[in-house]
Amino acid sequence: MSPRIKIIRKVLNPPVIKGFKPYGPDTDKLKQEPVLLLYEEYEALRLCDYDLLNHHMASVAMGVSRPTFTRIYAHARQKIAQAFVEGTQISIEGGKVYFDSDWYCCESCGCYFNNPERETGVEECPLCGSGKISRFDYDSAGNNDDYGQCSDLCYCPQCGFEKEHQRGVQCNQEVCPHCKGELRRKRNINNW
Amino acid sequence: MKIAITSTGNTLDSTIDQRFGRCEYFVIFDKESHAVEFLPNPYKNAEEGAGPASVELIANRHVSKIISGEFGIKIKSLLDSLKIQLIVIKDPQKKISELIGLLSH
Repeated sequence: MSPRIKIIRKVLNPPVIKGFKPYGPDTDKLKQEPVLLLYEEYEALRLCDYDLLNHHMASVAMGVSRPTFTRIYAHARQKIAQAFVEGTQISIEGGKVYFDSDWYCCESCGCYFNNPERETGVEECPLCGSGKISRFDYDSAGNNDDYGQCSDLCYCPQCGFEKEHQRGVQCNQEVCPHCKGELRRKRNINNW
Repeated sequence: MKIAITSTGNTLDSTIDQRFGRCEYFVIFDKESHAVEFLPNPYKNAEEGAGPASVELIANRHVSKIISGEFGIKIKSLLDSLKIQLIVIKDPQKKISELIGLLSH
């Protein structure tokens, strides 16, 4: 039986460097073979330890399942630890990845297009050749279904005042305009 | 440079197909020689996997851009790794001849 096909991992930002070299007096006596850190392992490390996302959020960003993400992350740490302890080089290369491309919008013909060649910027619309192009943010255009829209309410337990919950704002940080009490979250049952 | 357009028919007066994987025809337009080729889509009635199969069909023709109305969720990652550009046109009334006219700017 053939093994399961690996899901292709999404890498948002490719690394700025190709690897790391150890330095010190005895580095030439150590073994020369570098540790191969895959792109997806670099990305896992970046999301988790640099951007401080949790494994679930990071797995969504890379387009893999949470257990797969944790496995990639564990491999990344093992390889880096091995390189540190044994004093070998780290080479960042390979892996089943693709580099995510950004969306653009043309104002003259109204089309949307992406730019798979990250290194070269876009100056004109590939369809009509017009220079009137702008970055198009898919998530901010109201298409972000990953997190779902929330129709919860905040309510005041003292006077019963209610207002629509604002995402990203904690309810207990908001103050009731009538009795100056802390607000609480009221779940909208229809959403569950 | 070759560009693929999804089409509802096999004439230049047909309109753009809003689906990518299950479109009726693919139009392969060569920007240098202005040659136009109509390819019937063998996957238009596929139960599943029409998108990735169509990508393979198109990629074998060394196309560098694809114009369609909408792309499925599996397509962007495939095309990004193949370095093929996606162009999305949300106007279902656009004719193939108009698009070719725009492309030959």
